[in-house]
Amino acid sequence: MSAELLDGTATRTMTIGKALNEGLRRAMEDDPKVVLMGEDIGRLGGVFRITDGLQKDFGEDRVVDTPLAEAGIVGTAVGLAMRGYRPVVEIQFDGFVFPAYNQIVTQVAKMHARSRGQVQMPMVIRIPFGGGIGAVEHHSESPEAYFAHTPGLKVVAVSNPVDAYWGIQQAIAAPDPVVFLEPKRRYWDKAPVDTSATPEPLFGSRVVRAGDDVTLLAYGPMVKTALQAAEAAESEGRSLEVVDLRTLSPLDLDPVIESVRRTGRCVVVHEAPVTLGLGAEIAARVTETCFHSLEAPVLRVGGYDVPYPPSKLEEDFLPDLDRVLAAVDRAMGF
Amino acid sequence: MTAVRNDIEADIGEGVEVVDPVPGADARHLPQQPDLVQLLTPEGERVENADYPLEVSDEELRGFYRDMALVRRWDAEATALQRQGELGIWASLLGQEAAQLGAGRALQEGDMAFPTYREHGVAWARGVDPLHVMSLFRGVDSGGWDPVARGFNLYTIVIGAQCLHATGYAMGVQRDGSESAVLAFLGDGATSQGEVNEAMIFAASFSAPVVFFCQNNQYAISVPLERQSKVPLYRRAAGFGFPGVRVDGNDVLAVLAVTRAALQAAREGQGPTFVEAFTYRMGAHTTSDDPTRYRLAGEVEEWKLRDPIARLKAYLSRSGLADAAFFDRVEAEADELAARIRSGTVEMPDPRPTAMFDAVYAEQTPTLAAQRAEFEAYQASFEDGGEA
Repeated sequence: MSAELLDGTATRTMTIGKALNEGLRRAMEDDPKVVLMGEDIGRLGGVFRITDGLQKDFGEDRVVDTPLAEAGIVGTAVGLAMRGYRPVVEIQFDGFVFPAYNQIVTQVAKMHARSRGQVQMPMVIRIPFGGGIGAVEHHSESPEAYFAHTPGLKVVAVSNPVDAYWGIQQAIAAPDPVVFLEPKRRYWDKAPVDTSATPEPLFGSRVVRAGDDVTLLAYGPMVKTALQAAEAAESEGRSLEVVDLRTLSPLDLDPVIESVRRTGRCVVVHEAPVTLGLGAEIAARVTETCFHSLEAPVLRVGGYDVPYPPSKLEEDFLPDLDRVLAAVDRAMGF
Repeated sequence: MTAVRNDIEADIGEGVEVVDPVPGADARHLPQQPDLVQLLTPEGERVENADYPLEVSDEELRGFYRDMALVRRWDAEATALQRQGELGIWASLLGQEAAQLGAGRALQEGDMAFPTYREHGVAWARGVDPLHVMSLFRGVDSGGWDPVARGFNLYTIVIGAQCLHATGYAMGVQRDGSESAVLAFLGDGATSQGEVNEAMIFAASFSAPVVFFCQNNQYAISVPLERQSKVPLYRRAAGFGFPGVRVDGNDVLAVLAVTRAALQAAREGQGPTFVEAFTYRMGAHTTSDDPTRYRLAGEVEEWKLRDPIARLKAYLSRSGLADAAFFDRVEAEADELAARIRSGTVEMPDPRPTAMFDAVYAEQTPTLAAQRAEFEAYQASFEDGGEA
């Protein structure tokens, strides 16, 4: 799959998982202060193998198998960051971040403000998030709103190998703490990645499919679902514009606003429960800025307001192509 | 990892194996390791321990063999069912049968146990139907049993969280003036969690009738014990102000005696005890894990020699407490159990989709009721070939 092209570009087809691995490797090569910490990330290479081979190549001081304690991982990362390191911590699964929630919300997020800008917190907290893998409880959560609601944190969600490769490096280089959400059920999705390209900015959203009738917003694992919905809608003569939000805090709604002013209709899709999810904030802002262009209220498609269900019911819980298209129908029906 | 220490063997009785627990524990700055409480050697020799006298009937001894053999068979069937796509995942207890049955059988009626997600042997001892455990791993529900009625909480997957629940439950027992006790299960990895340490502080502070039963199976997924602790785990208890004891976790009799004594102390108002059951996870962390990436086959082979079931079988045979017909009967029973678990799992109906809305609150909210109704209407739109 590898091809070093004559024009100097280096494009290889990679999975999201591999792209993250390569991105981490490059970040570690570029900056000796980058230290990876987490449960089972060293010898095992992480339960999803995202850090595979990195301990072997960079040593146990830079790829640290920690004791099994998430508050410990994030709390010590605060100290390492104060000492000039750039910790990249892995939380094994979304549902296990909560022992560290105290450290993230009360310490990581506020250090810069509390020190009046004298202490930066250039930490990346990697979290495989979302469902759809048939897992047991606490392995399929979408906790992004908790973090996006917390001033001082930046939150991104990648959807594809290109953003995974560049995004992880950009997040590590960023001076602020970044909660970096990885769509675990898409870890094995592949795409060509040009490792010599100039990356797009990390904190920006992007139109990934042009359309005229409805603007469809998604991030992380739901981008693929949204694109599939747009494809299906096309066969029914409907043209959906799909925006990959990419960054959840800060939100970059400029491309969204431009799009909604043209389409007059907006549907937001995420796996997290709809109530007080990202969709609520987006609906409010889009309504404030595009009120006179809107032909229909901004609609949300998300998880139901129930605990993530046992895996036999996750297909019923998660937004899918049908539910997205049903929302598109409703938007068109106003 | 293990060494028979000939030099001190004479002091503690012939045939008693001393296990050197933590790699690096021989380091000079550490005091000598005390021996492990053991009542049945890996070779199946019954030995006495003055601190832990155990009266156990022949019937109970045969019962332990049956328990462990059946649970092991259940475990093997579950692993096979996962491989065949009938379970989402399975966390095998292989190798930990003695730790779990010894602890589970030490509980009395009215006692409460708080398991992790691997305590299938304790579930068995508490009379939980294996299919109620299978339904969790099949993704049908979060465990089908009534936790309080069974005296066995639902499995807790978030590492160590249940230790605080067990402590709080014990504080309730204390307020009720009851003579019940509480058994909190945890693994070696969990001892690193803040919440586990907080539980031990609360338990000590209030002399709560709770026993922390730690199955040290040597690995937190891939991370070996020495990354979690520089001292043997049972010695942590001293720092919290209560006794810690290490027991051979592959010796069901020793586990029974030690756990029973710890629970009795709790009942009598003497507060918590930390029991470290020294054992080994013979299989993968779960069916998603590949242990060949982080441990050597030789280590597993070495632990096979300390198999908990083989040693009890050797003892029962040698002492004439069980004959070939008994072992055949148990095997036939295991076959029946495996068949029942297999058919019960494969034929388990999927949950109603609306079930996810039904138990979120004790008092259903109007908002969620409305969402449920919308969901039903949406689902119904697919019936009769309709479009959403």
